[in-house]
Amino acid sequence: MAKLLLELLSEEIPARMQVRAAQDLERLLGQGLAAAGLPFAGTRALAGPRRVTVIVDGLPRVRADVEEEKRGPRVGAPDNAVRGFLKGAGLDSLDQAEKRATDKGEFWFAVIRKKGGPTDAVLPQIVIDAIRALPWPKSMKWGSGTFAWVRPLHSILALFDGKPLPGQLELGGTMPPLRFGNRTRGHRFLSAGEIMVEAVAGYSRQLRTARVIVDQAERQAVIRAKVETLCAQNGVALLADDALIEEVTGLVEWPVPMMGTIDAAFMDLPPEVLTTPMRAHQRYFATVKPDGSLADRFVVVANMITKDGGTEVIAGNERVLRARLADARFFWDQDRKVRLEDRLPALKDIVFHAKLGTQHERVARIVALAGEIVAHEKSGFFKGVAAAHVEQAARLCKADLVSGMVGEFPELQGTMGRYYARHEGLPGPVADAIAEHYAPQGPNDRCPTAPVSVAVSLADKLDMLTGFWAIGEKPTGSRDPFGLRRAALGVIRVIVENGLRLPLGWAMKADASDLIPFFADRLKVQVREQGVRHDLVDAVFALGGEDDLVRLLARVQALQAFIGSEDGKNLLVAYNRAANIVRAEEKKEKALREKIAGAVDAALLQAPEEKAVAAALQAADAKAGPALAGEDFTAAMTALAELRAPLDVFFDRVTVNADDPALRLNRLKLLNRIRATIDRVADFSKIEG
Amino acid sequence: MVQRTQGRLSQGGNAWGIKTVSSPMDVPKPTCFQELILTLQQYWAGQGCVVLQPYDMEMGAGTFHVATTLRALGPSPWRACYVQPSRRPKDGRYGENPNRLQHYYQFQVILKPSPNDILDRYFGSLRAIGIDPDLHDLRLVEDDWESPTLGAWGLGWEVWCDGMEVTQFTYFQQVGGIEVELVSGEITYGLERLAMYLFDKKSVYELPFNRPGSEVPLTYGDVFLRNEREQSAYNFERADTEILFRHFADAEKECQSLLGNADNRLALPAYDQCIKASHAFNMLDARGVISVTERQAYIARVRALAKACCEAWLEGRT
Repeated sequence: MAKLLLELLSEEIPARMQVRAAQDLERLLGQGLAAAGLPFAGTRALAGPRRVTVIVDGLPRVRADVEEEKRGPRVGAPDNAVRGFLKGAGLDSLDQAEKRATDKGEFWFAVIRKKGGPTDAVLPQIVIDAIRALPWPKSMKWGSGTFAWVRPLHSILALFDGKPLPGQLELGGTMPPLRFGNRTRGHRFLSAGEIMVEAVAGYSRQLRTARVIVDQAERQAVIRAKVETLCAQNGVALLADDALIEEVTGLVEWPVPMMGTIDAAFMDLPPEVLTTPMRAHQRYFATVKPDGSLADRFVVVANMITKDGGTEVIAGNERVLRARLADARFFWDQDRKVRLEDRLPALKDIVFHAKLGTQHERVARIVALAGEIVAHEKSGFFKGVAAAHVEQAARLCKADLVSGMVGEFPELQGTMGRYYARHEGLPGPVADAIAEHYAPQGPNDRCPTAPVSVAVSLADKLDMLTGFWAIGEKPTGSRDPFGLRRAALGVIRVIVENGLRLPLGWAMKADASDLIPFFADRLKVQVREQGVRHDLVDAVFALGGEDDLVRLLARVQALQAFIGSEDGKNLLVAYNRAANIVRAEEKKEKALREKIAGAVDAALLQAPEEKAVAAALQAADAKAGPALAGEDFTAAMTALAELRAPLDVFFDRVTVNADDPALRLNRLKLLNRIRATIDRVADFSKIEG
Repeated sequence: MVQRTQGRLSQGGNAWGIKTVSSPMDVPKPTCFQELILTLQQYWAGQGCVVLQPYDMEMGAGTFHVATTLRALGPSPWRACYVQPSRRPKDGRYGENPNRLQHYYQFQVILKPSPNDILDRYFGSLRAIGIDPDLHDLRLVEDDWESPTLGAWGLGWEVWCDGMEVTQFTYFQQVGGIEVELVSGEITYGLERLAMYLFDKKSVYELPFNRPGSEVPLTYGDVFLRNEREQSAYNFERADTEILFRHFADAEKECQSLLGNADNRLALPAYDQCIKASHAFNMLDARGVISVTERQAYIARVRALAKACCEAWLEGRT
């Protein structure tokens, strides 16, 4: 068995593309090997700033002969079918095919024999095909070539069974081809010249000597460990930031964390104002003191060991940060001179969407909507909330968009509004609502719970949804440029997590009638993730017309709990026995559905067993009806489950399809009533036994 | 370590047989703004570039210079470097912001086709101006470039030195909506920012323009502060928008007419008009008289001119 090592060395690859590219190369190589009939034991993908590498283990040195059979058309089939078969199998005439008898008759068969041979004879083409098929999100040409890669590709290291694999990649134009070789390069500045790789086993070690950690997982672990040590030595702790660690792992081949100090002159700025430029612009890690407050230390992960031990690097980074924070300080001081209220006219200059007007107009809609939400909520959630607070928070919620700070750091929207509102001495709930009305931004984001925040958050999202719906900008497939799915999920979470009794129907404009089903779909996705059975969700959704999400969810949850119980099983059996026979009869007779829709004729109830069922139905309905109205779904279902016993006796002793058509119809009516009554809880026909 | 890295750069035997002027021993480190320019010019001249002078028109970036935009198209190899005064009317701060200017200098290098060792050559230029790669953390951070007005895009990086962006590096892919035949490597140094870093100044106006020990030592502020104040006032307050709208329309019309005669298109004069239209648009934008929707339309009009000029340039190639 032999190993294949393939390393593609290029100029710096964007961090976000590296791991995906290595995995794609791994997959494409694997597919190519499989297609060529080359088995292998395993593959490994390594990714970094300048190289993607794949190692394939357990390849045979010699490829066995392969025989492949293709069945063709029946003997005596029309000419064009035969021609197609010959062409597909690469045969010249039927003389090269053989006739074989099968249990379906005599067919033509082609036996294609692929001669095996040394693996290294086919590997170069497999490698080239994989390279050419690699899908970069964005690729480019360079020099005079026509070949496209993410950035200029400099070398291809290809080693098979300890020997350089011969081969070359054509770059097109007047560029010389890139020959495969057994050489690569180390760190851009910490290593000189080329490195000759002699064995797959030595690859990582040789590159480590040349100051490159080729494995992204190892690089990440090294960063974590070194950063934590550095923090511990300085009496601070790293402010966890997995996304940033991930990105930094793609920015360095040889991680060298260094600690810098934030100029004391800036430490009075709000923590977000300090950390946002650090993270977004500089990729620095923030640190915290033991009490959890922001420390004046930051960590930069350099890609370099410098001969002065990092003095210049730290000084340079501190200087850059000082300039960034001086900008932030300027905005902070300037912004606080203007009241949020006085910023509102400037919102007229910001177009929210060409068809949906300016932010100023949008704010007017949010104000109105927030008021209506408070008025329509039925659980008393907003009891005692000052209407003036809701109105003020809604009116000011977008004012910080025209502040200098948010202009520079859009991700601070809302956060800055709260600081500025507090600075002005606005009521706490108003300030908080300005910050919180964007939440929740995703499934892991905190959901607002304060009443004023809840009202503005819902108004903000509902305005977006109804607005974009009205202009026909609905999400399609994977396209959701305005984040409407996220907004809908936000609405669901705010309503459900706060137990709001807020039917959504009133908020939907006439031209947004399909918005409720959109919500339903989002809700389905959400509850499915929580382990709710999808058939139960479907069963409740099939009732239709429900726009109260809390009630809807309560029903699904009650159903899920009930269906697992003994009563639940009884109810399902009762339902299926009744429904199956009605459905079967409906199939035979199209007009039956209408005929059995009416009430049961008590006079036609003859057998004591059917009288018992009718009585039980009446009793169950008498209990289930009020329970449903009171939203006690479990009680309703418990009552209905009592139908099983009389129904079992009924089916044992009574023939539904009686000879007397009037009796038959009445019995079907009775069963249909049972079905309809149970269907008021959920569409039980959707539940999988 | 020092010797090794230097060794790699100076042995820099490249396909063109040009000796790299890179060792800090050869050229003394620049001590002021103008020496930074002189050093870069000398370095890139050593890389076979023609040293051009600034284009004599108002433009937003060195990319607009014909030596970049038009020369990036077609099959002819090209190498040039030049300083380009760049005007960004919206960035004016009346001389009050230490980092922002409505008029600043870019140093632009264009190598077509991009040589294989272009990055080594670039790092050589940093060494020449006194940034020793052995002492600093140099990084290439993804930064794709696009100019909607020129109908151009490319891929490349911001180059960071100890967290500070010192250069933009782009491989041109398309200009004037036309796919390039040979890819140009474009290197753009923001000179003021770079100088502030090299000379450790917190404000651009404190930068020494000539040598600090000169008979008449002059700072960047001595040379440009008044200009920033007055031009900012002009850009934001005084510029007559009616005249600017007229300039835009006139330039557009002239550009189209210079390209309208199929037998005798004048690509270069037409492109000058395109530059004028672009600057008039930037001025109008700074005056805040172009709405968001109109903005797109104006950009599309400039792009149409740029595209037509680029097509005419390619057509008239001899």
